[in-house]
Amino acid sequence: MGLYHTEDQAMLKDTVAPFLAETAPVKHLRTLRDTNDQIGFARDLWKQFAEMGFTGILVPESDGGLGMGHVEAGIVLEEIGRNLTPSPFLTTAVAAVEALKGAGAHLRQEWFPRIVSGDAVIGLAIDEGAKHRPAATALVAERSGNGFRLSGKKQFVVHGHVADMLIVAARTAGAAGEEQGITLFAVPRDAAGLSLAADRLVDSQLAARVTLENVEVTADAVIGDVDGGWGPLTRLLDAGRIGAAAEMVGVGGGAMDMTFTYLKQRKQFGQLIGEFQALQHRAAHLYGEMEGARSIVLKAQHLMDDEDPRAELFVAAAKVKSGLACNLSVREGVQMHGGIGMTDEYDIGLYMKRDRALAEFFGDTHFHADRVARMNGY
Amino acid sequence: MTDLETFQKETRAWLEANCPPEMRAPMMSEDDTCWGGRNVVFKSPAQKQWLEVMAAKGWTVPDWPVAYGGGGLSAEETKALRAEMAKLGCRSPLSSFGIWMLGPALLKFGTEEQKTHYLPQIARGEIRWCQGYSEPGSGSDLVSLQTFGEDKGDHWVVNGQKVWTSYADKADWIFCLVRTDKNDKYRGISFLLFDMTTPGVTTKPIKLISGASPFCETFFDNVKVPKHQIVGELNRGWDVAKYLLGHEREMISGGGLGEGMASIGAAFKDVAGEEPVLRAEMALFDIETMVFRAHSERFMDEWKTGRAHPAYSNLMKYIGTELNKKRHELVMSAGGSDALEWESDRSKQGARPRTWLRTKANSIEGGTSEVMLNVVSKRILDMPGA
Repeated sequence: MGLYHTEDQAMLKDTVAPFLAETAPVKHLRTLRDTNDQIGFARDLWKQFAEMGFTGILVPESDGGLGMGHVEAGIVLEEIGRNLTPSPFLTTAVAAVEALKGAGAHLRQEWFPRIVSGDAVIGLAIDEGAKHRPAATALVAERSGNGFRLSGKKQFVVHGHVADMLIVAARTAGAAGEEQGITLFAVPRDAAGLSLAADRLVDSQLAARVTLENVEVTADAVIGDVDGGWGPLTRLLDAGRIGAAAEMVGVGGGAMDMTFTYLKQRKQFGQLIGEFQALQHRAAHLYGEMEGARSIVLKAQHLMDDEDPRAELFVAAAKVKSGLACNLSVREGVQMHGGIGMTDEYDIGLYMKRDRALAEFFGDTHFHADRVARMNGY
Repeated sequence: MTDLETFQKETRAWLEANCPPEMRAPMMSEDDTCWGGRNVVFKSPAQKQWLEVMAAKGWTVPDWPVAYGGGGLSAEETKALRAEMAKLGCRSPLSSFGIWMLGPALLKFGTEEQKTHYLPQIARGEIRWCQGYSEPGSGSDLVSLQTFGEDKGDHWVVNGQKVWTSYADKADWIFCLVRTDKNDKYRGISFLLFDMTTPGVTTKPIKLISGASPFCETFFDNVKVPKHQIVGELNRGWDVAKYLLGHEREMISGGGLGEGMASIGAAFKDVAGEEPVLRAEMALFDIETMVFRAHSERFMDEWKTGRAHPAYSNLMKYIGTELNKKRHELVMSAGGSDALEWESDRSKQGARPRTWLRTKANSIEGGTSEVMLNVVSKRILDMPGA
């Protein structure tokens, strides 16, 4: 199969792109922000995602979904990125769905239909410190009767305050820093002992800090195997990483297009600034970086959908490259817009803010470059 | 099993049976490259055998038509063949400017007679070609070239000088840009082919900073070129040249990024383990290598199915050559003072520093990085101005 979108995938893009450009352009984000919305996204839009079939893209057909792959999910995410659309799509319909694929029948039956219908939002309670370091999971889950009792803290739980369920990474054995001994739990948000406090982030999203104090769950809440949560956690994270990478291709691409349009309109010294070779070369270089990012993201999506063992390495590389390219795009964007690039009125700054949040989400470039080195044996 | 899977399976079996074990070992230096030609000297019997069996199958040029010495394979089959060759570590049987540059131009612009005459010779590695483009006063501004062909009825008499002619001293024939109309800059250039043994052709190797001389100055003193040796129309050689440069850029962009070079950090594990900052640079470089491979794969897949922008090869040339230069900067850093030795046997006569220096030309030859960025900015991004 060629490394480009198939006809069906191109058709999906032709559906998603105009839909989001019309219903949730950057203005939609501004409205939520300026009205001090406390949910973090528009619930009716999330319902529309379900009606369009987007929420079921990664859900297996046998569980009531469309059984499609990460290329298709990435098409939706790129447009979400391009429009800076606030949405639980990445956490709920991508990362959480990937984790639930490895869950028992009862969890699948409980959550897949509600995700597909746009009635559920799921929070990812993974990070415990300011930097993404999943092996350092220390939140404790002790045996209690035939279930578990969880205590500890989590942060950067995007949309966590309005989630119906949290997927919590907890330590059931071993020590912080070890991959062995982690267990994944599906914890209902209304569980006794669970408290949340949401904060608005730089990109106007709401993310929660979560405290669990002796939260009791049954053995049915375990996703995958006890002490063997690293496998499903990695699948969840890799789905989140390639999804965030696809979203950054959209964020970087949106910022780039806006900047190139500006270069062709703005006049100084009696000519269009896009005529200056100094800017032309930087524009061409940026285009090349974004195209490289697009290529490695698509390659990694193909490998994930083929369940190729190289997927983990390529997803890490894709998260790094999309991060570098998107960051270059928003920095060049603000610089080339000049003074107005610093104003709240212009959208380019919103792209810079979104890039910063996505850079940290599921591990930044430094974290993943280090993983690439380790996977390559040094 | 689909047809493609059957093809893949049969190809693998054929390669296993026909590719000599010596031709499956990674190339150690430029010396291991087989360039063919009238005066070819094979480095080993295995190298000769590998060229012969591949040429007999048409697989030196797998996607050319069978009638012109090719394998007649589809784009998908060609990709599958290359993938199988990469898996087994098979070397390329033949490196050739005829395959990379002239062939594609002849397939597009050549007459039927030219195709049946020149293409099979290229496919079998019988004639080694060189390229006469740059002149002392015409580098990036190639279209200002002065070498002149005077019309003498059934032939031209060519006078002038070319420079940076790769391996001109070893080539059998040259494809050459010659001015045939002094009054029109762009529409006054013709694309001529002639034998390097024609009276009046002389070459002089240029010694480079690497100490090697892969390039020559080439002089033409009343060289007689018959009229039927023109490719494309009279005075429209610039169209042929531009098309061909696209192919040259594809080739240069892929330089030095073969499967054997998967991870630079893995190749210099000990140094990487002791120097965290170098390790970090290597990790980022490994990622850029993966990105470039995926990018090249996507570009080739799009190019072959007519999806790519016609100027996209300029972008790939820019990225690939800058990446290759960076690779050799890291190789030199990893080697430390060992990598400075220029003549010792231990250093294989300075293979590392000489290769490092050679790569500096990557972003100059075939169009400088700056010219590539100009083209991308104007033709793909549609930036304003001249």
